[in-house]
Amino acid sequence: MQTLTFVFSFYFSLSTAFYFHVGEREEKCIIEDIPSDTLITGTFKIQQWDIHRQDFLESAPGLGMFVTVRTYNDEVLLSTLYGPQGRFYFTSHSPGEHIICLESNSTRLVSFGGSKLRIHLEIRVGQHDLDAAIAQAKDKVNEVSFKLEHLIEQIEQIVKEQNYQRDREENFRMISEDTNGNVLWWAFAQTLIFISIGIFQMKYLKDFFIAKKLV
Amino acid sequence: MGRAGAHPASALLLLLLLVLRAERPRGAELTFELPDSARQCFHEAVERGAKFSLDYQVITGGHYDVDCYVEDPLGNTIYRETKKQYDSFTHRAEVKGVYQFCFSNEFSTFSHKTIYFDFQVGDEPPILPDMGNRVTALTQMESACVTIHEALKTVIDSQTHYRLREAQDRARAEDLNSRVSYWSVGETVALFVVSFGQVLLLKSFFTEKRAGPRAPHS
Repeated sequence: MQTLTFVFSFYFSLSTAFYFHVGEREEKCIIEDIPSDTLITGTFKIQQWDIHRQDFLESAPGLGMFVTVRTYNDEVLLSTLYGPQGRFYFTSHSPGEHIICLESNSTRLVSFGGSKLRIHLEIRVGQHDLDAAIAQAKDKVNEVSFKLEHLIEQIEQIVKEQNYQRDREENFRMISEDTNGNVLWWAFAQTLIFISIGIFQMKYLKDFFIAKKLV
Repeated sequence: MGRAGAHPASALLLLLLLVLRAERPRGAELTFELPDSARQCFHEAVERGAKFSLDYQVITGGHYDVDCYVEDPLGNTIYRETKKQYDSFTHRAEVKGVYQFCFSNEFSTFSHKTIYFDFQVGDEPPILPDMGNRVTALTQMESACVTIHEALKTVIDSQTHYRLREAQDRARAEDLNSRVSYWSVGETVALFVVSFGQVLLLKSFFTEKRAGPRAPHS
């Protein structure tokens, strides 16, 4: 009975979640810039457009969702086919941009006008599963200690982000100094090239004119 | 065993869970790529009287600007801006239903834009569920929790802000670096081509003239 209650309330919250429309064979990608060792949880649900009723069906029978997670260097972290409704998790090994792509496995060859999908999506960064434990806390001390755990988790996430930020700023500074060095070096090289080409031109033409007895 | 007693407890648990979920600030925070001449719309169901806020920022691409508009369930446009780099918009929903917000890159012909947006519905619930209607004052530990929670929210918000700004600046710096490299190589090549071309052209002028008026030595 308790598990049924919990599952029911989870479904209730997902049905009114944030959604967007895509074409049936279109791939939609979302970018998440996260530090390392961060857990990302994604929950999705697909609804299919019904031509006859001109409305969205409650579910998408027969359709699945292909979820791919890639890092910036095209290393694949997750590549699985789910049903029309599901949850996926992945943990990042290296900091950086992770690209989450969703594509339905529709085998329709021609997607004529009007066939689209409604995708409900919710993406969570970091662990958030302490809320259910808090609701079931038996006494005051437990409740406050769960809340403290939640706060400590938040602080750890902030510290991770800050370390990541420090790395990125260093990278950025390196690029800027690189550019600065390149510009300076190029200015010198260009001046040298100009002068040497000028001297070469003058010498060559002088020799040429003397040879042609014009001077 | 204890089945008769379990019903009210589980009903209470269900009510508590539903209340927690209904009051939790729902919303979405996403970064996505908007191709050129494209428009992407997102929808969210909002209750009547709930306050929602939309923050968006263009991170990379073109002139770092995007069009954005928000429509209520009746189709009225409650917010419309063109070519904005970042903005924040809050509104209290008068009508219950599905609100739609769209980002449009239709004015651009060849630049993809990466856009970050944060759409939050509802107010943040207090960190302790029954903080509002308590008879006794909060204990010191609970008020310390509340203070820390408020401070952490501010930290997270400013962290997101700095992360986006840094991503934008780094994109520009990488762009500048590659442009300087290409330009220096291109200009070296152009210099050599032009200087040799000049010399050859001058030579060709005088060689032809020479062959005309003067008589060949025999």
